[in-house]
Formats: sequence, structure tokens, C-alpha cells
Amino acid sequence: MKSLAELQAIKEKMKGSIGLREEDKNCKRIVVGMATCGIAAGARPVLTAFADEVAKRGLTQDVMVSQTGCIGICQYEPVVEVFVPGEQKVTYVKMTAEKAARVVEEHIVGGNVVKEYTIGANAK
Amino acid sequence: MFRSQVLICGGTGCTSSGSDEISKVFEQEVAKADLQDEVKIVRTGCFGLCALGPIVIIYPEGSFYSRVQVSDVAEIVEEHLLKGRPVQRLLYDETVTDTGVISLNDTNFYKQQKRVALRNCGVINPENIEEYIAMDGYQALGKALTEMTPEQVIEEIKRSGLRGRGGAGFPTGRKWELAAMYHADQKYVACNADEGDPGAFMDRSVLEGDPHALLEAMAIAAYATGADHGFIYVRAEYPIAVKRLQIAIDQAREYGLLGENIFGTDFCFDLEIRLGAGAFVCGEETALMRSVEGKRGEPRPRPPFPAQKGIFDKPTLLNNVETYANVAQIILNGADWFASMGTERSKGTKVFALGGKINNTGLVEVPMGTTLRTIVEEIGGGIPGGKKFKAAQTGGPSGGCIPAQHFDVAIDYDNLIEIGSMMGSGGLIVMDEDTCMVDIAKFFLEFTVDESCGKCTPCRVGTKRLLEMLTKITKGQATMEDLDKIEELCYYIKDNALCGLGQTAPNPVLSTLRYFRDEYVAHIVDKKCPAGVCKALLTYTIDPEKCKGCTLCARNCPADAITGSVKQPHVIDPQKCLKCGACIEKCKFGAISIQ
Repeated sequence: MKSLAELQAIKEKMKGSIGLREEDKNCKRIVVGMATCGIAAGARPVLTAFADEVAKRGLTQDVMVSQTGCIGICQYEPVVEVFVPGEQKVTYVKMTAEKAARVVEEHIVGGNVVKEYTIGANAK
Repeated sequence: MFRSQVLICGGTGCTSSGSDEISKVFEQEVAKADLQDEVKIVRTGCFGLCALGPIVIIYPEGSFYSRVQVSDVAEIVEEHLLKGRPVQRLLYDETVTDTGVISLNDTNFYKQQKRVALRNCGVINPENIEEYIAMDGYQALGKALTEMTPEQVIEEIKRSGLRGRGGAGFPTGRKWELAAMYHADQKYVACNADEGDPGAFMDRSVLEGDPHALLEAMAIAAYATGADHGFIYVRAEYPIAVKRLQIAIDQAREYGLLGENIFGTDFCFDLEIRLGAGAFVCGEETALMRSVEGKRGEPRPRPPFPAQKGIFDKPTLLNNVETYANVAQIILNGADWFASMGTERSKGTKVFALGGKINNTGLVEVPMGTTLRTIVEEIGGGIPGGKKFKAAQTGGPSGGCIPAQHFDVAIDYDNLIEIGSMMGSGGLIVMDEDTCMVDIAKFFLEFTVDESCGKCTPCRVGTKRLLEMLTKITKGQATMEDLDKIEELCYYIKDNALCGLGQTAPNPVLSTLRYFRDEYVAHIVDKKCPAGVCKALLTYTIDPEKCKGCTLCARNCPADAITGSVKQPHVIDPQKCLKCGACIEKCKFGAISIQ
């Protein structure tokens, strides 16, 4: 170890993997429906896409990606719910890995709900 | 990137209840579910709640699974990791409330704790230096080496008010200052990891769960005192600790955090492990240093103190593991932060190993000044079976008991001395109404008799005679004169023994005499053991009114001491009775009692 900068670089690199272990109730939560219906509809790549995107942007301290069971709207799977403290829950439906990246960018980072992916825009 | 992490406790407690196997099965099941790229399995140090082991925590939810069995793993993987449904029946009950699952940090066990020395235990993988670095590891060393002079480091430790956590509570900063004062061609820093008090295991937990914290602190201490070589004296009975410590040392060398020109400065430091064979006396500093040198572990008189003439007669700084575990945090967060916790003369936090008659056996870290009541009733979850608190033993065989009347005393170094006990290393053994205080004193004395090194007569012979007299009391053969002799001998040993072991050996006797003299008198005069522990003083009798003559007791008595015909009251022959209690357990009518 020749300098503090070197140490700092390791710290930054590891932040993503260790940040997951801190409990913070005020963080934003992305919850992916992972019951049989969700998995069959392709929820797994959606979940990993969210986890990767959050890590890539160094947001693991502020955003928690987790799963839940069947929400009951199986025809809309993969379903993803986004909880931002102090705001109303947003439900995204028929998600894909590509859509996940956009939700992180626009909703989680930008603060703007991606309306066209929400259940409201897709319900018929 | 892993979306989920499974933390499995790899401390000694959970390892002995099978966490190695659980970890293996987790790997297999996760692979079977094809989740190995999404779920990371991490072996950590101790979480502290050893009574509930093996413990598994799953993040990001922070679900706390207790008493996990190998057969539960498949269900956890399938339900929790695959489908996102935590397995309720395995969650620690305290985290499951009417309103849902609460965070572990909000449970009674953790809520009142303040983890400084144990902050990384159960959080990081101790075998991965990068995880330690991610938790600000080695930042304090970097700060000390590049921004502070050795004098400033010592000043910071002094101002923090940190005192030795090994037992005596000597101010750490003052110790460092003394070690820095002496000039020599070679100086050493050493760590006392020879944790020997029965019931204390906080040092082991730090070594197993956060070994780099110790290495970093020793490097800082070396810089402050002008040493360039260190020794960690650790007992060989701690195999997991020794293994992780060696891995930590190897990794620190690889990353250049031990060795030459650390952080590009002139500072060079390396250290090595010395294994102790487990003699209690080797926790005494002069005996420890002799043992490090490869000689027989026997104490010598002080002065000269280690700061002047220590290992290989060179100036040596010797601190305990828990003391070191606070150092990096003080350098990083400042002396004021540390001094803001605790009482006027005891700053910071203290780790206690809870044991004995208490629900949550394990390790807890609380600010100095926390009351015994808070520790036992709230954090410790109270006493099993609704029994009454009688006393707590602190400081192991060198300490004393704290009776119920001092339940609300704020625990710090000075208060404990005042009430006739001592902090010691932090073992805290809780005793309920079924504990006989004479028996407890005898137990600790048996330990010191066993562990006396034999070098000085007061300890070698004195403790042996003391034990003989205590044994007489528990057998109902002693007189009140013996009690006076016991007290006299106690003070004689205290005044004349060579080292701390002998000087403190009579403490358990003196403190139980101070608070529970009536129990001693009951043994001697009434020939009774009020707690019903000392077998020689017990008589088992059958109440003829209650006995239905079912013969169950007679059939289960291993000594054939019970006689009687069917449907007639039975009788116990006191001459034959072994006082094993088998009859009481079997009797369905509550007819047998102990007097």
C-alpha cells in the first residue's frame, strides 16, 4: 500500500457489495414479483437487470432490490413495484431487462415515473 | 453484481453447532437453483446471539434466521431466495411482531447495544481484507502515518479516555506514552489474546470476526511508540481465530499494509503469532512475555514494567485484543466521539459475554455506565423459567459477585471496584435463586488452584488450603472458626502473592462472604444449603400423605435406596441415597422433597 488513494480505490470498488448489508428504512425499494407466474414470465432477468443497474450507478446504499411473491395480477407479470419514501407506490407491468434500465434511470435517479410501463397505462 | 447476500456466522459458537455444513449445503442449493451469480454466500464472524445459533442473515431484507438446521436450507433457498418469501417459522421470534417483521436492530437484544469493538463482527467476511477496507479499514493507519505525529496519536488515545479492556483498566494512552518514552535499538508491541477467564469470549470474537482491526491497531501502536515488530500471543485452543489471524496477516502483507514503507512513509512494521498452550497464568503480562520468548510461562515481580524491560528485555507495549479493537475507531472518529460515550472515568463501550442463567447467552457491547438490570433483563432477555436474579459474577475467577441490591449500579471500572467486584475481561455470569454462593466461590477457586503456576507459596499453597476449607463448608463439616481462618487467609494471599492471578484469587470468596455471609453460616451452623445445591447437606424425603405407592421412584433409583410395597407410602434410606434427584423427576405426585 503506497498511498491513501490506493486504499480509497479498493474501498470504492467494494462499496457495492458491502452496502447491501446496511439496513436503511429510508431507502428506495424495487420489489420484483418472483412467484411461479413471475418467474415463468421472465422475472429473473428483470431482477438481475435491476440489481446490475443499481450497482453500476453506485446506488446500492440508497436503493434496495428485493423480491416478493405473487401480487395477484399474473397476466401482467413480470410485475415490479417501486417504493419511494413519502410517495405513492408505483406498479410497473410486463417488465423486461431493457425496461428495467430505463426505470432506474428515469424513476429512481430522475424522479420521474415511466408512465407508459405502469399498470395504469397497460390496463385494458 | 449479487442481488442478495447470505451471511452465515462462522464464529466458534455457530461453527460448533454445524454452520460449516450449513454453509456447504447453501452453496449446493443455491447452485441447484441456478442462483450462484445472483446470491453471494459470506462466512462472517460472530453476531453475538450465540444462544440462537447457527445464525443466518439474508440481505437486502436483513432477515434473521436462528437455529438453522441443514434440513432447513433447501426451504430457505427455494422460498426466500427464489420466490422472495422469508421463511417465517425460522425467523428469530423477536423480529416477528403483529405488525410484520422488524429489523434486527430494533429487537431488545440489539437496540441498546453500541457496537464499536464488535462493529464488523457478523458484518464482513473476516478472510477478505477488501471487505474490511470497504468498512473504512486501514484508513486510521493511513491517517496516523500521513497526517499525525506519534505524539499526536498518543495524545488522541489519551484524550479519548480509553482504558485497558483486559481487566485492570490502566489508561491506554498513558501506557503508550510510557512505552514511547524508553529508547532502545529494538522495541515491540504485543497483543494479549490469551483469553482465559471462564465464560469470556469477546477477544475470540474480535479475532475471528474482525482480525484486521487488531492488525491495524497494532500498527498504529507501533508507530506511536516507535516499535517495528509485533507479537500476538493467542491461545492454541482458538483454532478458528488463529487461522483467520494468519490469513489476515498474509493478506495485509500482500497489500503492503504490513512490511516496509507502509503508505509510502518510512514506517515499517511486521508481526507474528505466538501460540499459547492454554495456561491461565500466561494471560498475566510478565508470564505472557516469558512465554513469547519460548520460556516457561511464569510471572516475575514488577518493576521493571514491560514498557522498560519487556519481551527479550526490550521496551514492549502490551494491550488486550478488545483495547486494540477500539483504537482505529478513535483515530478515525476522534477522541471526543469516543469520550462522549460512557461515564466520567470510564469512556467508550464494553463487551460482555453473557452466560449462566440467562435467556440470550452471547456477546453484547454496551456503553460504559449501562446498568446490570438493563443488560440482564432487557438485552439478556431475563432469567429462564421466571426465576429470580440473585447475583452476577463479573471478572471471572479474579472478580466478584454483584448481588441483587446493586442491580441498578451503573457498570464501570470504578463502581465495580467499589462494590467489591471488578470489570475483568467482561465475563458476566448470571446466577438465579438456585445457585449456591459457597459452591460458586468453590468453583472459581478450583479453577485458580488448577491454574496456579506454583512459583510463589501464597498462591500455590494458600489457594489449595482455601479450597479445602470451602469444601469442608459445603460438606457441613466446618466450624465458625474456619470462616475466620478463611477470611484471614484470603487477605494474606491478596497481600503476598507474586502476580495478579494470586492477588485476585480470593476475590470470589471475599465478595460472596461480603454479600452472602448468611449462606456460609447456614452451611456451617444449620448444616443446610439454602439453594439446595451442596449434595452432602441435602436429604430427600417422601411425604407419606402424597405418596400413592406407584413404585416408580423405587424402580428408577440407581442406588436401590427406596423401599416400599405397592400402594403403600415409600421410604428413602438416607444412608444409601446418592442425592441424584432421579426420583423427584419421576414422581408424578410431587411427593418427594429436598430439605
